[in-house]
Amino acid sequence: MLYLKNVTKTFNPGTVNEKLALNNISLHLAPGDFATIVGSNGAGKSTLFNAITGDFIPDAGTVTLNGRDITLIPDYRRAKVIGRMFQDPLRGTAPGMTIEENLALAYLRASGHTSPLSRITARERAQFAERLAELGLGLEDRMKQPVGLLSGGQRQALTLLMATVVTPKLLLLDEHTAALDPATADKVLALTRRIVAEHKLTCLMITHNMHDALSFGNRTLMMDSGRIVLDVAGTEREKMTVDDLLDRFAESAGHALDNDRILLSREEG
Amino acid sequence: MFTPAVVFNALELGCIYSLVALALFLSFRVLNIADLTTNGAFTLGCAVSATAAVAGHPFLGFFLAMAAGAAAGGITALLQTRMGVPSILAGIITDTGLYTVNLAVMGFSSNVSMLKTATAFTLLRDVMGEQSPYKLLLAGAVTLLACVLLIAFLGTRLGLSIRATGDNPDMVRASSINTAFTIMVGLCISNSLTALSGAVLAQYQRSADINLGNSMVVIGLASLIIGETILGTAHRSSIWLKAAAAVAGSVIYRFIIALALRAHVPAESLKLISAVIVALAIAAPALKAHYDFRRARAKAQAALEKAEGGRG
Ligand SMILES: Nc1ncnc2c1ncn2[C@@H]1O[C@H](COP(=O)(O)OP(=O)(O)OP(=O)(O)O)[C@@H](O)[C@H]1O
Ligand SMILES: [Mg+2]
Repeated sequence: MLYLKNVTKTFNPGTVNEKLALNNISLHLAPGDFATIVGSNGAGKSTLFNAITGDFIPDAGTVTLNGRDITLIPDYRRAKVIGRMFQDPLRGTAPGMTIEENLALAYLRASGHTSPLSRITARERAQFAERLAELGLGLEDRMKQPVGLLSGGQRQALTLLMATVVTPKLLLLDEHTAALDPATADKVLALTRRIVAEHKLTCLMITHNMHDALSFGNRTLMMDSGRIVLDVAGTEREKMTVDDLLDRFAESAGHALDNDRILLSREEG
Repeated sequence: MFTPAVVFNALELGCIYSLVALALFLSFRVLNIADLTTNGAFTLGCAVSATAAVAGHPFLGFFLAMAAGAAAGGITALLQTRMGVPSILAGIITDTGLYTVNLAVMGFSSNVSMLKTATAFTLLRDVMGEQSPYKLLLAGAVTLLACVLLIAFLGTRLGLSIRATGDNPDMVRASSINTAFTIMVGLCISNSLTALSGAVLAQYQRSADINLGNSMVVIGLASLIIGETILGTAHRSSIWLKAAAAVAGSVIYRFIIALALRAHVPAESLKLISAVIVALAIAAPALKAHYDFRRARAKAQAALEKAEGGRG
């Protein structure tokens, strides 16, 4: 499915700001794998996603998706098969355009076969309404309204739908509920769980919530200074508590996890 | 005050120049790019259309002008998307280069006269008769056609991606569309509209001049903003209304000019007025925020003084 082989990236090489953001990362995801990622601030989690989506070309190493080496393929082409969501609800949608138009754009990923000069058809419109109704937010009645009028949670739900309206081979979620209030975050997370299960998506989800890191998916990765320091799955993971996870991190990384938001979520639980 | 001749003249010019306002609607409002290719592309349209008319192909001249304008827009887009030139500078560079190109198109002369040449307008006059409103008909038909085609285009998948490019380029790329491509298509279309405007104007006034495009970007923006303000379309999402506002603003602008000329305001001062309109209109949100802030602060201060006065 997804193979990263010895991927390395240094930002601003040769300057005082030199930063080794990805340090020889290798990772293999099997089809249907749903891995959560936790790690310190600046550990390179988002940078890892950027390497997969093609925001930059790594200094060394290769990225292979479904048997195809995509290391040198431009980001917009990879987007055909990779869905991505960010923490910021503003990043995933075009605020000045209607819900329907936003969905139509997301739908372009499927339409290698439709002409760029074709318009949204009645059938597609009905399909969009149906998918929107599944979100349970009443958005299907607001398809002609600009997305700028939606709340952050509604936008993230819509973005999740847009990222999956054409089933992606790989779904990347970068703390996609971190900007939402707890109740809304729970809703969007429940949606995430459902959609990933329904389409049997292969998924990577960055989170700062240690409980989610253990309860979502089938695998947990921990990152520190550009490396994956911990990778647990199976029965080992099932038996793990948040404290175990933090201990294991400290053991592998040589220091305790220093992500302020993560420590908060530990106390909540 | 307004004789029928003056009214017709303003309507005709309003229609012709509204193509520039439509072009700027596409580049400035939709794509969010201040495209300074506009001035040179307008003159390019004039030059190509005049040269074609003199060669006996007035209608073909319109299409050639559009193709030339599209090429100019394409160069600006290339500079901007592939070579990392900042968008404003990309427009200025193309515009500067176009000066030479425009002179060359006019046979290295700074103007072309078409007084003895058949133009699209004279051909139509020969068919419809001297007394018919043939000028307004032709200018209006071209504008209407351009509006309808532009609006239809913006509803297509490619049109949607161009609109989204100005709104959220990240999201466009995430939808597997190359924003370099959408910017290219958008600027080609907008500059072909600008060039068409110049092409129609040259044949309308039966002359082309190397300076016709000067300040066209400011005049076009002034027209666009006047239309948006009067029709109140800035916060509406209907594309139809927005296009209508560009045309209406352009016609109103021409009436303002006609009025000014009647009042013997020297024609040269109109550029200053246009510049002030554009500066004020674009600065309006910032000015309003500043004003609101000062008012809120004054209010808070007054409340504070009152409270202190009550205590003392
Ligand atoms: N485009 C860039 N240019 C320079 N440095 C960068 C760039 N992107 C990331 N970095 C640096 O790389 C390091 C890793 O950043 P990254 O955003 O991947 O961290 P993260 O694990 O996502 O952290 P957080 O939990 O805060 O989101 C940081 O030190 C960051 O400053
Ligand atoms: Mg991050």
